[in-house]
Amino acid sequence: MRITLTVNGRAHEVDVEPRDLLVYVLRERLGLTGTNIGCDTSTCGSCTVHVDGESIKSCTLLAVQCDGRAITTIEGLANGALHPVQEAFTSEHALQCGFCTPGMIMAAASRLNEVKDPTEEQIREGLEGNLCRCTGYHNIVKAVQKAAAAG
Amino acid sequence: MATTEHRPNIGATPRRKEDPELITGEARYTEDLTPPRTAHVVMVRSPFAHANIRGIDTAAAKAHPGVSDVLTAADLEGAFAAPLVCAWPIVDDIKIPPVYPVEGTRARYAGQIVAVVVADSRAAAQDAAELVEVDYDPLPAVIDPEEAMADGAPQLFDDVPNNVTYHWRSKEHSPVPSAGDPDPIMASAPVVVKERFRLERLVPNAMEPRSILVEPNASQGEYVMTSATQIPHIVRTVLTLITGVPEAKLRVIAPAVGGGFGSKLQVYAEDAICLALARRLGRPVKWTADRTEEFVSVHHGRDQWQEIELAADADGKLRAVRVRIVAGMGAHHLLLTPGIPMLGAWLYGGCYTADAYSVEIIGVFTNNTPTDAYRGAGRPEATYAIERAMDALARKVGKDPAELRRMNMIPTDAFPNYTIMSGLSVDSGDYTGSLDKLLATLDYQGLRREQAARRASGAARQLGIGLSTWIEMCGLAPSRVAGALKLVCGLWEACTVKVMPTGTIQVMIGVTAHGQGHETTFSQMLADQLGVDYDDVQIIAGDTLTVPFGMDTYGSRSLAVGGIAMHNAGEKVIAKARGIAAHTLECAEEDLEFANGSFTVKGTDRSFGIKEAAFAAWTAHNLPDGMEPGLEATYVYDPPNFSWPGGAHACVTEVDTHTGAVKILRYVSVDDCGVIINPQIVEGQVHGGVAQGIAEALFEGAQYDEAGNLVTGTMTTYLVPSAAEMPSFEVLNNPNAPSPTNPLGVKGIGEAGTIASPPAVINSVVDALSHLGVTNVERPATPERVWRAIQEAGQ
Repeated sequence: MRITLTVNGRAHEVDVEPRDLLVYVLRERLGLTGTNIGCDTSTCGSCTVHVDGESIKSCTLLAVQCDGRAITTIEGLANGALHPVQEAFTSEHALQCGFCTPGMIMAAASRLNEVKDPTEEQIREGLEGNLCRCTGYHNIVKAVQKAAAAG
Repeated sequence: MATTEHRPNIGATPRRKEDPELITGEARYTEDLTPPRTAHVVMVRSPFAHANIRGIDTAAAKAHPGVSDVLTAADLEGAFAAPLVCAWPIVDDIKIPPVYPVEGTRARYAGQIVAVVVADSRAAAQDAAELVEVDYDPLPAVIDPEEAMADGAPQLFDDVPNNVTYHWRSKEHSPVPSAGDPDPIMASAPVVVKERFRLERLVPNAMEPRSILVEPNASQGEYVMTSATQIPHIVRTVLTLITGVPEAKLRVIAPAVGGGFGSKLQVYAEDAICLALARRLGRPVKWTADRTEEFVSVHHGRDQWQEIELAADADGKLRAVRVRIVAGMGAHHLLLTPGIPMLGAWLYGGCYTADAYSVEIIGVFTNNTPTDAYRGAGRPEATYAIERAMDALARKVGKDPAELRRMNMIPTDAFPNYTIMSGLSVDSGDYTGSLDKLLATLDYQGLRREQAARRASGAARQLGIGLSTWIEMCGLAPSRVAGALKLVCGLWEACTVKVMPTGTIQVMIGVTAHGQGHETTFSQMLADQLGVDYDDVQIIAGDTLTVPFGMDTYGSRSLAVGGIAMHNAGEKVIAKARGIAAHTLECAEEDLEFANGSFTVKGTDRSFGIKEAAFAAWTAHNLPDGMEPGLEATYVYDPPNFSWPGGAHACVTEVDTHTGAVKILRYVSVDDCGVIINPQIVEGQVHGGVAQGIAEALFEGAQYDEAGNLVTGTMTTYLVPSAAEMPSFEVLNNPNAPSPTNPLGVKGIGEAGTIASPPAVINSVVDALSHLGVTNVERPATPERVWRAIQEAGQ
């Protein structure tokens, strides 16, 4: 099937199989390997991207469901300068191995669009769908708080 | 006039050098690489925990579009020169049955590889794998290591009676003498406590699943393996043994690696299979685990039954420690499987003194995934046993657990080089100092008052305060000690420091990072040592072609072993530059002082910079007679002792006596990890380590059904915690016991949190309920287990 995806502001026409998941099309067809795959049960959130501005696990969507929609991946988040969440992740040491980081940043950026000044509990609940094995989440929470303060 | 030396980097928290590519998605993990003509590999795995293989029909799979080959053990005869390698035969009479990467006759765990599918796409390989018909004859399976060693249990190997692969006894096998024999003391001591704990299996779950890419240059017989591994050098050596590919023709690269925690300290069947297939097919071969596959194919951790006995005087003064461990090995040995429980055998006495000590360990095969190193590797197990038992002793003699610990601790003035009850020499420690700081930070007495008030009022939510005062041996390790413990390798580390003609510096180092921040930490160290800018230092690692032969990353060794190799290489660079500076300035070397990147003739303003020395060494126009051109040096460092961190952790919980739910109110740690290079990175290591230990205590545990199937085999059933389950952490430091073993005073911190925290959490849960008669809650302390413990205590 031929579909159109607008990814990071650029339109792509791609031929996909009906069974192709969005994450595989992003990674293998468009070469956008910043979005990682950490599980096969839609649990870990490593593959989180934005579809029409909302964060979604790209392993839960078929590519055909995204025909005509606008997708932002980690590669497209920085707009000239780092996004405030990216900036806060590095300043607060909110990443170690970095594998969950693209998904975590995309989820956090989306969360901050919904709740401008979240409490610690709201941040923790909001990131419940994204797993990190390195940081214990302490510095991720601090980074999201800092990004929220930075607007 | 003496120059004031500036060391702006050590102790600072510059932006991590690793981060820019990780926060923008530019980093390349192995799975991100797919060269042209790549063949994709999918493994066919046994669905049975124990079954004879009567036959395999690959015809339908081979006929599937896009499939280039389907291979069984019979097809791969000749591909492997040796079975999978176990490098730690801890006793002379250990039984190590040969197991090859693809099993042909008898599957011994669910997940073992029985066939391999190669296709032009991963999807085609997956589809074809479904078409491989394996005729299994299922056999009874045994999962619990104690059940496996009982008479009449299913036998995994004909020549391993009762599935017992080894029996290690400290009295017989320790290369250093332990304190006295505990047996007579146990029989006569005024107080004896005996505790029994089950440490369930853990699944490491690094966020990046394992992935391997092998690119051959078939005509030259050369291979480049890119792998999500912690140990590129060891992978290369071991794969040479298994496949016969010459070590000199195999290059192993660890690119960006998404966490390890020991799970990537392994040479797996898949590594050997991918190399063998690349040789056979002459095209790039790639395999990436999906998470469900990862659950059964990556080695597991822990899996022990522990019995620990403490003998004490009536006042709680510890006199003897006696331990017996039954350890599950899984279906066969992997690289370090037998030695992992033994790595803890030196620490069952904790940071305490006693007159007598013994440990015995029985290693048992079971019908599940092999076990091996998982964050802490033996040391969390030991710490769990002694710290839980110390609480039991405190309850028995009616002493506060903090006070009981303090009265039994090795005193700070016993250092340096105190011989602990297991016979090893600990170089430094300040256990009472850490405990005092912890109790003050907690307001321990205030918490005890609140606990008493809640107990008096019969509140539904009771308060628990759990302590863990811990010690560990890391910075693995002196090669002689490794040899005495029968490990088949040395544990030194190598580093080359090269000052380029234009003054920037390349550091090629054998340890390789997968989240630890080596680039940042090592750059900070070398920048201060050589007096150059942080950004002038480039750290290169994780490629056997470009870095000196090293022994890789595990056992909290990167800083205390690799970092010292770098420091000593740096000293050699400075020494050589000093010769060039003296020659240029026409003075004696002794007349030069080195600070801030420059040699100055004492008492003058005449100076010569290290960057100038590098340029002079490069042009070689005017060097001292006989000096080699170039400013670089290599140092191979073999540490004279382990690194000995220690500390005190506390977990404050609120336990709902109606539902069994446990909520962590505070988690406070005071750790001595020696001199700290980067406080932010150290705190991050503690956060992550403690979180993994909390997970171990409250959430994670591999559960099997009767047939030996892993029923917690996905992230939806095996509870890797999210941010919503974790508390914030209060992380403190005890700076009073730097290591005297190395010139920087550093120790390790990578495993500390995971070693210290599980007993702190469970002690806290038991403490919250002890007035109800609860003395133990098995881990993971799920609400159901806590609730049942309350009900049983009330009966």
